[in-house]
Amino acid sequence: MNLALTDEQELVVSMVRRFVREEIVPLEAGLDPDADELPAEDFARLKAKVQAMGLYGLDIPPEYGGPELDLPTRTLIAIEMAQHRAGLYAPCYGVFGGAGLAQLFEANEDQQRRYLEPMLRGEKRGFFGLTEPSGGSDPARAIRTRAVRDGDDWIINGSKIFISGADRAHFGLVFARTDAGKGRGGVTCFIVDTDTPGFHVRRIVHTLRAARYATELQFENMRVPDANILGKLNGGFAIANDRLSRQRIPYAAGCIGVAILAHEMAVEYAPQRETFGAPLSSRQAIQWMLVDNEIDIESARWLTLAAAERAERGADFRKQAAMAKLVATEGASRVVDRCMQIFGGYGVTKDFPFERWYREMRIRRIGEGPSEVQRHIIARDILGASLR
Amino acid sequence: MAIRSTRPWRPIDPESLAALPGQLGVFELADASGQVIYIGRADARTLFGLRGEVAARAASIPGACSFRLEVTTAYHTRHLELLMAFRADHGRLPTHNPPSPELGRLSPGPSGLAS
Repeated sequence: MNLALTDEQELVVSMVRRFVREEIVPLEAGLDPDADELPAEDFARLKAKVQAMGLYGLDIPPEYGGPELDLPTRTLIAIEMAQHRAGLYAPCYGVFGGAGLAQLFEANEDQQRRYLEPMLRGEKRGFFGLTEPSGGSDPARAIRTRAVRDGDDWIINGSKIFISGADRAHFGLVFARTDAGKGRGGVTCFIVDTDTPGFHVRRIVHTLRAARYATELQFENMRVPDANILGKLNGGFAIANDRLSRQRIPYAAGCIGVAILAHEMAVEYAPQRETFGAPLSSRQAIQWMLVDNEIDIESARWLTLAAAERAERGADFRKQAAMAKLVATEGASRVVDRCMQIFGGYGVTKDFPFERWYREMRIRRIGEGPSEVQRHIIARDILGASLR
Repeated sequence: MAIRSTRPWRPIDPESLAALPGQLGVFELADASGQVIYIGRADARTLFGLRGEVAARAASIPGACSFRLEVTTAYHTRHLELLMAFRADHGRLPTHNPPSPELGRLSPGPSGLAS
């Protein structure tokens, strides 16, 4: 078992770190503290730089034109990409591109031509529509949006909430109940064009998060062709569940990146700031905060890389991903909180990024399955599915 | 929460402007006919928050006669929402807002409420 980074990983990590600190961080000084986008000309310039580095579209499989990087390396990159003010929800403001809706790599040929290919070319955007007012962590029971067959079409009625990007999307993946009596076996994933009559983005859901705001959707007699079913009829649960498990690894990585930067800032500040005639760093209370930061960051980092390594080699990684998500979100929340405390009054101002991280990090303990659901997943793995 | 602002309009005069709060938030400017001609925000980079930003915009936008505002820390998303709602209602942005090709699409119900 080798825990050291390979030469290639060292090289890529240092390249991304330099890019973030030399290109992204200086730009942020001129942006609103809650900004989630770069000016168009900066975006285009930095995207071209990333393409020249050979790192554009990190999560796109090589056969579709993405760089050939394994998941642990992509996780290390994700940790680096988050190390700036907007990094938690808008890592590098999107200039590294992304796979968009990775579920479409499993779509049939016709769907790939209509949705996946334009998405990869940057011509179409998609959204992922799972969570409903009745819940999001338990799709087998929470989905109440209904799809009823009508000839070669389906008529969809219902609503979704906390959906990011739907107001700017050309299409989305919408999960709906197609068989009321089957629980998890009665959910189907539909690809829905957002110009379909009956598709409504009703409002922005204002939260603690400024970047990547969420929306509430309503579907009123929305007609979707049978040809737009992604995967199999009543096979939507597996698509949702796989996505939820995989997403936990980059989700954890983003938290670790922010925690690393917050901790670095506190380590730099503590020897400079004096109280009662001595630097903060000489106080045991502060030293122990920094020690606890270090432990939180390291434990989250190794758990997350371990989950990525298992996923990469095709082993079951659900428990490890749940542990990584749990430890990273809770640990990083503590790190940001401690750093804010070390910075005192400055820590809560918008002059520093801590207040934004503090707000956004709070969401991380709820999004993509709250801490309690992660513990439930881990407990079920230990005690068996009969736990339910 | 109402999507379209329901706050009272106030005249743009020295007394009203002097009484503005220094917090962050969003605001609308209207012309003499009551038509909204600009939707703005006072973000964390502004000096004196809404007080400075409303006064500066009122002075630079011709025809602005009245304003209304909301103090909110969610000024970023609330500003986008007001712009989207205006475009949903009028098919365009207010006269003095620049084009925003990346602005999202909203279709609020007639009541302007969430559902």
